[in-house]
Amino acid sequence: MGRDLSKKKFKSGITRRLLTYVRPYGGYVAGAVIFSILYVAFVLVGPVLSGWAIDAMFEESKLFEKVWLLVVGFALCVLLASLSQKLLGNCVNSLCYKLVKDLRRDAFQSLTGSRVKYIDTHAQGDVMARVVTDVDIVSDGLLQGVAQLFTGVMTILATLVVMFVINYLIALVVVILTPLSLFVAAFITKRTFRSFTKQVRVQGELAAHVKEMLGGQKTVVLFNEERASCDKFEEIDARLYDIGWRAQYYSALTNPSTRFVNAVIYAVVGVLGAIFCILSAESGGVLELGALTLSGFTVGMLSVFLSYANQYTKPFNEISNVITQLQNAFASAARVFEVVDEPGEKLDGENRIEKVRGDIRIENARFSYDPAQKLIENLNVDVKAGSKIAIVGPTGCGKTTLINLLMRFYDLDGGTIYVDGIDAKTIPLDEYRKMFGMVLQESFLAGETVAWNIAYGNEGASREQIEAAAKAAYCDFFIRNLEKGYDTVLTGNVNISQGERQLLCIARVMLANPPMLILDEATSNIDTMTEMRIQKAFKKIMQGRTSFIVAHRLSTILDADLILVMNHGAVIEQGTHEQLMEKQGFYYRLYNSQFAQ
Amino acid sequence: MKRYLVYLREYKWYCILGAASKWIEAVLELLVPLVMANIIDVGITARGSIGYVLAGGGVMLAMGAVGFGCAIFCQRSASIASQGFGTNVRNALFRHINTLSYRELDKIGTASLVTRTTNDVNQMQSSVAMIIRLVVRAPFIAAGAVVLCFVIDWQIGLLVTVISVLVGLVLWVIMHKTVPCYAKNQKKLDRLTQITNENLEGARVVRAFSRREGERARFDAAAEDMLDNSLRIGKISAWLNPLTYAIVNFGVALILAFCDFKVHTPAGFSSGDIVALINYMAQILNAMIVISNLISLFTKGYASMNRVSEVFDLKSCLADGEDAEADFTKPAVEMENVSFSYAGTEQYSLTGVTLTIPRGATVGVIGGTGSGKSTLVNLLPRLYDASCGRVKIFGRDVKEYPMFALRQLFGVVPQNAVLFSGTVRSNLRWGKSDATDEEMNEALKTACAYDFINEKGGLDQAVTEAGKNFSGGQRQRLTIARAVVGKPAILILDDSCSALDFATDAQVRKNISELTDLTTIIISQRASSIRGADVIYVMEDGKVVGSGKHAELYENCPLYREICDSQTRA
Repeated sequence: MGRDLSKKKFKSGITRRLLTYVRPYGGYVAGAVIFSILYVAFVLVGPVLSGWAIDAMFEESKLFEKVWLLVVGFALCVLLASLSQKLLGNCVNSLCYKLVKDLRRDAFQSLTGSRVKYIDTHAQGDVMARVVTDVDIVSDGLLQGVAQLFTGVMTILATLVVMFVINYLIALVVVILTPLSLFVAAFITKRTFRSFTKQVRVQGELAAHVKEMLGGQKTVVLFNEERASCDKFEEIDARLYDIGWRAQYYSALTNPSTRFVNAVIYAVVGVLGAIFCILSAESGGVLELGALTLSGFTVGMLSVFLSYANQYTKPFNEISNVITQLQNAFASAARVFEVVDEPGEKLDGENRIEKVRGDIRIENARFSYDPAQKLIENLNVDVKAGSKIAIVGPTGCGKTTLINLLMRFYDLDGGTIYVDGIDAKTIPLDEYRKMFGMVLQESFLAGETVAWNIAYGNEGASREQIEAAAKAAYCDFFIRNLEKGYDTVLTGNVNISQGERQLLCIARVMLANPPMLILDEATSNIDTMTEMRIQKAFKKIMQGRTSFIVAHRLSTILDADLILVMNHGAVIEQGTHEQLMEKQGFYYRLYNSQFAQ
Repeated sequence: MKRYLVYLREYKWYCILGAASKWIEAVLELLVPLVMANIIDVGITARGSIGYVLAGGGVMLAMGAVGFGCAIFCQRSASIASQGFGTNVRNALFRHINTLSYRELDKIGTASLVTRTTNDVNQMQSSVAMIIRLVVRAPFIAAGAVVLCFVIDWQIGLLVTVISVLVGLVLWVIMHKTVPCYAKNQKKLDRLTQITNENLEGARVVRAFSRREGERARFDAAAEDMLDNSLRIGKISAWLNPLTYAIVNFGVALILAFCDFKVHTPAGFSSGDIVALINYMAQILNAMIVISNLISLFTKGYASMNRVSEVFDLKSCLADGEDAEADFTKPAVEMENVSFSYAGTEQYSLTGVTLTIPRGATVGVIGGTGSGKSTLVNLLPRLYDASCGRVKIFGRDVKEYPMFALRQLFGVVPQNAVLFSGTVRSNLRWGKSDATDEEMNEALKTACAYDFINEKGGLDQAVTEAGKNFSGGQRQRLTIARAVVGKPAILILDDSCSALDFATDAQVRKNISELTDLTTIIISQRASSIRGADVIYVMEDGKVVGSGKHAELYENCPLYREICDSQTRA
């Protein structure tokens, strides 16, 4: 009970939020309502007129004008019905696409403002699906669904009204037969849904297997695992066949079943109508059934009923589809709103630094990603402006975490970072981050032109400035060798190496010209020439700036002003190379294992 | 198309009977309006007999029931046949892919192969289902309805033909106009996906440069662009239903007018005829819409079929050897003037490489990216065949070995540490299918992976897809363990310690050097990883430009000295 209630609440909450997205487009909603009412009305009046026309043709005292008038009236109805259908379509489309855009915009805005923690802790594929696919499902399900639901219900109601007016006995029979259609549709939908979910699961399993095996095909081949891989594939495929044909079969039952129900209704209406025609003719224009006396029933009326019988059951099938679509839409909307509601980073702060010197002091810093697992405890570092700090230590020692904290990607659990003596937390976030230039190992570049990417931190930069930065970072020559030079769009198939990408990232930082730097040396996969260029570029960019380098190279470590040796999240030794070597501690051992042989 | 019939053969009867039963349903459906017309004309107008009407109703119900039975039978046959077809094609395709060498796989690419085995085969599968279900039915109903109109009156038959052609034209024009727009829409959606992805992957960079607003503007522009295109499509396709509805019903109006004109002529038009005609018009419209959907489905199916055929057309260029035994008294590797170029390029990735690696030696290969290091070792277990020259393993040309036997001689640790979902145990067993726990633990110890695996949950620790639940360094160590567990004769480490810190790297190499009778080939960018090797080969532009021990090379090979210096000196 309680769960049902909360479920209802949850749904009404989502509905209310979706309505706020609909509000700006009230005009389209009104248009959709009006045009669908008009559409249904004209679609239903049409057959009535054509039915009258048939009757008029066979009247004894045949009036040409009457028939012609009715035919023209029918044609007019058709014209108006198709016009309103077109306008209805336009309204629904505009409403639907515009709402999608708004919803997507909000989800994306929330994403760009979210904390790094959110992005780090959520599967990227999943977040992406929410922004891209789920929003589409909302629009498809909700809007087109609602439009169909509305016209569907309207059609059913109006059809019933007209049928009751013409002959309520036949109408009654139709109403009694209706649940048959609903029952069949519900039965099939339920079975289909179950086997489809199963099918999707097995399909996913199959795709995962193919992806994994082909992705690692080299390994598969080298370890002679082709046979095993094929066997596994066939095993999954056999299961897919078994569930697949059933799922397909159940879903394919919908059409014949509703056609059959339709045929039954058609036959019953036809027979009943025909009998009434005969009875009316016998008793001279009125229909007497025992104590009941109805107005006479004609062939024209029968034709109206037959037309209606054909279109009457259709909305019922649509409605059962719409309901599943609506359920999906609600589920997707909930997923999208989760992204929209994701709390953002705290942007404001009351302290500003006019001219940054670059002194950094970390005091008693404490941090962990997971409260159950201590990471950084009581970290103290004091860095003078303009000095060069190398961070070394084994894999997983907390080097990356330190960068996360310095850049305020994550907030400290305790302690303080001071920049020029001011608490970092009190500086507006954007201004704070602009004080740092960052070059990471995984060099991220956007799928835009080279020039756009270099100017990423300095939007207004002129082409001359961009090229100057590229020259300073030793990338001008390879950029010029690209097909379109600085205007080459960096998509997956542009041939630049990992090292060259990192050079571009250095150029980007050079142009932004920040007072402090955070650099992450690449460990592998960079050829020697490029490697040397990166070293040179790093050296150049570090001049006069406070720089933190995650170091893998001897050269970096030797001339650092301060080396932070990290292990298990703590700085266990700090000092210059000479001091640390003299100490013969952890650094000494690390250094020897690496470089001495 | 013929080649795919094989996969349908075992379902031949399902196809034939399914289509036949669908045809019966269509015939019955066409006859219903005639029966109704008969009820009206004979039952009501001529005789006024309730009995006749009831009989007619009985016939209609019976026809409906028989039609329903036929339809269900057809759907079941179509489902079984099409899914069976899909399953057969998929199995054959995957099996075929597994016989291909890297040279062929490179041509298509992994991502594309995945979609071809899944989506494209699905598309073909639904085409088969549609052929059985609708190809017989829809055109037959459309054509049959037109013919029956001719039977009622030839002039009206002509009119109905014209209307059908018009409806067909409208369907064609709208499809023709919207299909390219849909493709464009997909591109615009791809762009939105791309920007979203960049903001996830580059979250730190976006924040570091405080480009929140810039990214939002970029996304908004792309979303706006997509909106415009969607609205354009919407405007065109919103014409589809109103136009076809209008054409068909104007047709009905014309028929009414025409009938009115003819009712009292000798040609004689009954009211039953008129009701039947109106009904046929509705059937024609429905059938035409089904046909237009079929056409778009088939275009997709045909495109998919071509993409799948492309894969089937690839033939492995690596022929399996007859039978050869390794002669362990001979050198582990001999290369005689070997050159190699990748498919589709003129450029040689290797030129004139000649070298001999004695059994038990440790060999280092160093050089920049693209110098040919990985290509060199890819030729040994025959991932590719040399374009010219000879590669011999333990005294035999690699082409003489059966593929299986050749590859069993090797333990390879590839550049990208790939693990497979399962457990640590299932991954290690790739190296030796019947490895005992003891052997596996030993291998883990050699790879310095024993400690962290034990901490995590031992051999039964789960491995998720691509081994994502392990760090890069841990994955590398596990792939090393996998390579050594089968006690291979030749171990190839292809830049496989890059994510390890120097101390662990050194420890792993030390452990490996203690394994007996093992020939080790180490590829690295790190001079420190190979400086202790028995022989070091320095590569540049596909050529071996120097070989020897560290000290000699440092004296004689300028490139080697440059590399060492860049990595060790300030």
